[in-house]
Parts: sequence; structure tokens; C-alpha cells
Amino acid sequence: MLWACILLPQLALDGVLRRHAAPDLPLALISGPSQRRVLQAVNEAAEAEGLQAGQPLTTAQTLCHHFAKVDYDSAAIERTHDFLAAWAYRYGSLVSRSLPSTLLLEVEASFKLFGPWPRLEARLRHDLSELGFRHRIVLAPNPWAARALVNRHDGLAISQEAPLQKALGQLPIDASGLPLDVCESLGRMGLRRLQQVFALPRASLGKRVGAPALQQLDRLTGALATPLPYFQPADMFEARIEFNYDVTSSQALLFPLRRLIDDMAVYLAGRDGGVQQFLLRLEHDRGPVTDVRIGLLAAERDPAMLFEFARGRLEPLTLSASVGAMQLIATELPPFVPAARDLFDARPQQAMPWQQLRERLRARLGDDAVHGLAVRADHRPERSWQIDVQTKSLPTSLPRPGWLLKQPVPLRDHRLRVLAGPERIESGWWEADVRRDYYVVETSMGQRAWAYRPAGELGEFMLHGWFA
Amino acid sequence: MASVVALDSLLDSRRVWRGQPQARPTSRQPTGFAALDAQLPSGGWPESALSELLLPMDGIGELRLLWPTLARLSQAGDASSDEKIVLIAPPYLPFASAWANAGVRLERLQIVLAQPRDVLWATEQCLRSAACAAVLCWPLQADDRALRRLQVAAETGQCLGFALRDAKAAANPSPAALRIVIDTAPAQLRVIKCRGGNPPTQPLPLSALAH
Repeated sequence: MLWACILLPQLALDGVLRRHAAPDLPLALISGPSQRRVLQAVNEAAEAEGLQAGQPLTTAQTLCHHFAKVDYDSAAIERTHDFLAAWAYRYGSLVSRSLPSTLLLEVEASFKLFGPWPRLEARLRHDLSELGFRHRIVLAPNPWAARALVNRHDGLAISQEAPLQKALGQLPIDASGLPLDVCESLGRMGLRRLQQVFALPRASLGKRVGAPALQQLDRLTGALATPLPYFQPADMFEARIEFNYDVTSSQALLFPLRRLIDDMAVYLAGRDGGVQQFLLRLEHDRGPVTDVRIGLLAAERDPAMLFEFARGRLEPLTLSASVGAMQLIATELPPFVPAARDLFDARPQQAMPWQQLRERLRARLGDDAVHGLAVRADHRPERSWQIDVQTKSLPTSLPRPGWLLKQPVPLRDHRLRVLAGPERIESGWWEADVRRDYYVVETSMGQRAWAYRPAGELGEFMLHGWFA
Repeated sequence: MASVVALDSLLDSRRVWRGQPQARPTSRQPTGFAALDAQLPSGGWPESALSELLLPMDGIGELRLLWPTLARLSQAGDASSDEKIVLIAPPYLPFASAWANAGVRLERLQIVLAQPRDVLWATEQCLRSAACAAVLCWPLQADDRALRRLQVAAETGQCLGFALRDAKAAANPSPAALRIVIDTAPAQLRVIKCRGGNPPTQPLPLSALAH
């Protein structure tokens, strides 16, 4: 097995910056009790102003007046970490996110699908850069060694045991991931690199550093196999963006919406799933939340398409109150079945498949705006057609008009000419009883109409359809 | 005095345009009625274009005129090709059994319900999408700019577009490639504009629309 270790050195900061409207302005993550606020991480622009991680907030404020302050939210970091694990899941089934700021991914099994390691590595790096996360990647035959090596290396790829031992031996002890006190005591013994530690007799080393550190060393060399807890993607997708300003127009929601939908598309691609229904929840400072439900007729996962539908629903919305946060929830993720395309498609360039067109129409005109038509085996005209259900019935040979009125209306014309009829239609005694004599009549204007009288009566004609 | 130039040499150098009618390619979209095809310059509906049917009232033969075309389009292609026939804001319910009797495969038929102000938008989307074989719309108010948009959309999507409008609009100019008025008394068709030729002088009685 070959393990890729992806270290995300600035997971918390990148997770905030990628959703921030102005990532180029100074920004700092802040944590700690209100008496002693401390900068946890700063971006490059803030660093240029002289801010650094570990500074108290008061010091930072004397150095720079106008940096954005974002709370260091460990729950949000966990969510980002989960999201990245779900992303990594598409490149291999064994993903572990148990170590902080780290993804461990078994890749050897995926080489057949994604090509050899250099190509897969380029893909991983491209994806992470697109998602906005800085990263370091190392490949090694065992996950713990990969984790230790990524502390000092980036882009190192080792697939054999012998070079691995050599690379591990060259690693400084303070970068080996051993506990801090062990590193210190080893340093006091005059040991600088791991190879010096490996050369020591095992029993005496165990006495000096203790059993846990010895186990850690065994894991590095691969002598002690320790199973990792593997990541299982959840069966739903949930993401939330909180704004640090109030949004009052639905237009301003489109940028964060695109981020949310792109994240969802990444997640869906990892699961090889699609989404048929999702919910946009707009949280207001006061009052109840606004839910925008977006339903599709078929499972989709193309981000541009999903964004367009969500946008179609969001744009006509008039916001009753300013929005403080937006959440995207998709609880049902059915399997995605890609549409079959012709290799030599003869249709024009801007062609759009019917499914996509239908969703676009529904997004603007309403959920029920587009429907098909089917014949139903019923003699009553009102019930002999139905919306969109695929049934077969024998077509009747009797005259039937092309247009049917939703509601019959009185046909007021004194020069009606009866062309055919009557045809008695009598059915439905169990529900809406219909007993009518239908005639084909011609009006004085030359239209041919389908009209009826109640059975056996000679009253006024009721117009029910046009033979167009 | 100008020197005498042989006519043949002028013609050979293509500097003189001769008003000879060129043989136009016949349309791949016959109307289904030989008498009507004979009246149209391309021998059928203009391809990838908008045609206008102008009706003085509802229910006087517009479906009889269109059904053969729609039936042919709905049966064309194999089962996998899925080009739809879309009706946008029809004035009445299409009666399923009558449409099925006319030969239209109902699974290819789609109905879009739209408010009057959305009809033109929906029509343009459908025409442009190339997912439809034919698009029929009933716009209530459409000026020539709107119709020009539809005409361009039909060209882009290579789709048969039909706009069914009130006969009062016959007096207004229109960018549609073909305009047909249906009269009631006497019951006849009048082609008042057809691209690629002069409109026929003789109206076509509706009774001629037999197979």
C-alpha cells in the first residue's frame, strides 16, 4: 500500500479565506477568552503589516488598525476537514482524517483509474488549489512515515522500503512527530537525526523514552502496524456560510451561493452521487428563517447547472429582513446516472438537453408549469386525458376535438348546424356522474365545435371543445 | 462612345447579374399537404425558422394544418432521440385522444403553462435549446422585435417555430419566414409572405387539405 499524506498547514485560515469576500485585505483568526484574545493565524497581508500568530490582540491593534477579525471556530475547522476528507474520498476508498490538519489517503489501489502517482499528485494539487487550500503532499509506503516526512518535505514520493528508511534516518528528531519532552531529552543526549535513534539498542532506548515513544518509532519504521480509523462520507450534505455583514439583496447572495454549490458538487463527485432536492436556508438576525426549496426532476451534479437553478429560485425572492447566514442542506443524494450523449452530436453549439431546459423553465415559471400528456381509458372527456403518466389505451375512432375547454361553457349561437351526433357518453356513476349527448356542430362563424346537451334533453348546447 | 462588349464575356466574368431563379433546395419539412407544399417556394415549412399562423378565431383548422407535421416529427428518429414538441401557453387543453389519433406520439409532447408576459421568454428558451423538434406558441402581445428574437432563436436552435396569433396582426410587418392567414368565409388559407419567393396569388381552400 502507498499512502499519500496531505498536510494542510493553514486549514483554519484557508477555510475562512476561501469564503471571504476580500481575502487580500489583512485578516486574523482570533481565539481565547475575552480578557486575553490571541491571534491564532494571520494571512499574508496581515503578516506584511507586522501581525503574527500568537500575538495578543491588543498588540496587533496597535500595529494595524484595520484588519478583519474572524473568530477561530473549531467546529468550522472540523467541518472543513470533513469536507476535504469527502473530497479525497473520490481518489481512494481508504481515507483517514484522524490526525489534525492532515488527510491520509491510500492511493496505490487508485493508480489504475487515475494513472501513475505524478499524474494523480498533479490532480490532487490542482483540486486543492482550486478549492483554495495550501498543502504539502508526501507519498510513502506507510502512513505514519508519510506524516512524519511531510513535516520537512513537499512532493517527496517514496515507494520502496529502503529509501524510506534512508529518508526517515535523515529526518531531524524535532520534525519526527515524537512528543516534545522526548525530543528534548533525545536532544540533550546529543542525538540530532532519527538514524541515530534507530541505531540505539532497543531495550535501553525504551527505558529512556518510554513505551509510547517507542511505539511511535516502531510505527514510523513500519514495524508496528496500527490501523487507522477510516472516513465514511455522510449520507447528506450540509454547508453554511456566515456573513460578517448584513446582506439585504438577493443579488449579493449569489457569490456565496456559488461557493456552496461548488462545494456540494465536489462532495457529490466524491460519492458519485447526484442531488435531486436541496434547501437553501437564509438565516435572519431576527424572525424566522427563509427556506428556498430547489427541486429537480432528475438527479444532477453539474455545479453550473445547479447554480443556475438555485439562482432562478433565489433571484425573484424579496428579502423581508437582512440575511446573516446562508445554509445549504441536501438530505437525499440519489445515485447519479449520466445522460448518454452522442459522440457525433449533430446539434448546434449552444444545445441544451431537454432535462436542463425543463428545469430552467420550471425555475422561472413554477414547478407545475411543464408537463406531458397521456391518454386515460375513461369515456368522460374531462377524465380521459391526464398529465404526464405513461399509460397506453386504445385510441378511439369517434370524432374527438383537438382542443378541450377546461370548463364547458354555454354555446350561444342561433345558427348552429349539427354535423354529427348525438353520441351518448354516460359513465362515472361512482363519482362525478356524466350523462351527456355529444354533437359535432358548426357555428355561424365556420368553427366546428364539440358540444353537448344533458342526455335526452333538447336544451342549450354546452361547448366542450373545438375541432381545430 | 463605349466600346462594344460581347455579352458572353460579361456573363462569363460574372459581372452581370441575371435574374434567373435558382433552384432552391427543397425543404426537409414538408407540411404533409401536397397542395400547400406546391404553393411554398421551398416545398415545405421553412427550416430553422419561425412561421406565423394568423387566425381570426380559435378552432378553425390550425391543428388540422399542423398535425401531419407534428405527427411526422414525433415519430421521426429512433427511441433514443428525444426531441420534444413543445406547446407554450396553448389557449385550451390539448385533448389527448384526438392528438394521439392524429398520430402525434404523446410522450414527445410537452406543454408549458406560462403567464402572458413569460410566453415569449419560454418560447425563446425552447427554440434556442435545440432540444425541441417544433415549438408552438400563442403569444398574446408580440411586436416585430420580439418576433425577430424568436426568428433568430429558431435559426440558432435549428428548430421549427410556429407562432399562432390573431389575424389582426396580418397588417403589421413581421420577420417570420412564412405567414399564413386562415380565413373562415370562405374557408381558405392565404400565404401572405414566404421567404425565397413571391407569395402565391391564389388562396388555397381548406377543403384541399386532404391527404
